[in-house]
Amino acid sequence: MSTGHAVSTVHADSAPAVRLDRVGRAFRQTHALDDVTLEVPHGTVCGLLGRNGAGKTTLMSLLAGHDRPTSGRVEVFGHDPFTHAPTTSAVSFVRDAQRYPDDFRLRHVLAVAPRFHPQWSHERAAELVDAFRLPARTDVKKFSRGQLSALGIVLGLSSRAPLTVFDEPYLGLDASARRIFYAQLVEDLAEHPRTVVVSTHLIDEMEALLEHVVVLEGGRVVRDCSLDEARSAAYTVSGPAVVVADLVHGLPVLASSRLGGLRSVTVEATLTPEAAAAARAAGAQVEPASLQDVVAAHGAGPSTGHTTEQHLETAGARS
Amino acid sequence: MIDDGRPIFQQIADQLADGIAAGAYPEGTQVPSTTELAAFHRINPATVGKGVNLLVERGLLHKRRGLGMFVSDGARDALLADRTARFSDAFVAPLLEEARALGLDLGEVHRLVDERADQRMRRDPAQHEPPQQRHPGPDRERTPL
Repeated sequence: MSTGHAVSTVHADSAPAVRLDRVGRAFRQTHALDDVTLEVPHGTVCGLLGRNGAGKTTLMSLLAGHDRPTSGRVEVFGHDPFTHAPTTSAVSFVRDAQRYPDDFRLRHVLAVAPRFHPQWSHERAAELVDAFRLPARTDVKKFSRGQLSALGIVLGLSSRAPLTVFDEPYLGLDASARRIFYAQLVEDLAEHPRTVVVSTHLIDEMEALLEHVVVLEGGRVVRDCSLDEARSAAYTVSGPAVVVADLVHGLPVLASSRLGGLRSVTVEATLTPEAAAAARAAGAQVEPASLQDVVAAHGAGPSTGHTTEQHLETAGARS
Repeated sequence: MIDDGRPIFQQIADQLADGIAAGAYPEGTQVPSTTELAAFHRINPATVGKGVNLLVERGLLHKRRGLGMFVSDGARDALLADRTARFSDAFVAPLLEEARALGLDLGEVHRLVDERADQRMRRDPAQHEPPQQRHPGPDRERTPL
């Protein structure tokens, strides 16, 4: 593959595409990111999950070199994306707040984008524009929310950038348009493998696109594992309250709810056939928690994660 | 797809295996490519590849260089034999477990099975002729279900 730019994106398997080492990003008293250390292996699709305000967009801005950390080090393909210009053209960042010049129409955007991305695919762009039915004669600034998202997806996928970063790329898209996005994404990745980081709240419908999962909560990484590990990280036991309490005794509880004499508890543990059999024998129902359940449980209450006081202490120590 | 807690690659493998067992992918024919499967199910291509490889490891699929994946000879019989072996665990055990939870005794379970089999037979007798030695089984008289 001749890329025509100066960044070598083909590394030995050992070198990750993205590496964050004890990264912090503070805005005054707020720690948007706090001591984040993680790696995204080459050629994988990494889902960035967590509630609003968890730090997802801040992290992605750092990857794209749009922002720099307050502490720690960010590396994309072995370089600091904030200072190393060639790395910038190896990254395609599709973000919510993308602005376009006032008089731009679709063809102007499609004419300019390839200049930033040497691996740009006109064929993929044409196919996507067609599939999303993007209007040619409308000023881009008059595009609807869904059309802007669709345009972002056209740019992100057609750039074939070695690292593509999608920040909630589906906003305003209807169900058919989202399906088009998912199908085109996996098809293009199968033919041209590359690294993708995508943030999403639509976990149920997007989890199968992912290989790796990072969950942020309050600016910290609370989970960093393969999709399969994340999917088997928790299970839910429901049934008579007394029985359930007995079955989950000693296990870390992620979520718990009660309905009359019935109780439903989600615990952070791998469901073994023995545990499942024991639960059924005791008259309880047991089922694997979905990834959505696991993510929702993080940051659902004050008992998980660190407190505001701890937050401020860390901030004080750093400044 | 991906409606239960099992790993997604496992579900892809099972689905392909079901297709082979059902004759949807006859032996010697090509199965859909990783790209096609990924785009159809909207599943990460690496995950699809992992699922396909499970079947390659079991000798059910084989790769022809530059052409794609093909169903191996004997794959269907192997899958059917495998399912027959798992029939008791997969269907009889849960049946008995539920029966016990409801307080049904074994005689009642037998009676319900017979009753259901009779119903099916009356509804569509043609579909319930004995299978013609598709795969080796215990050598005894078969009562068609």
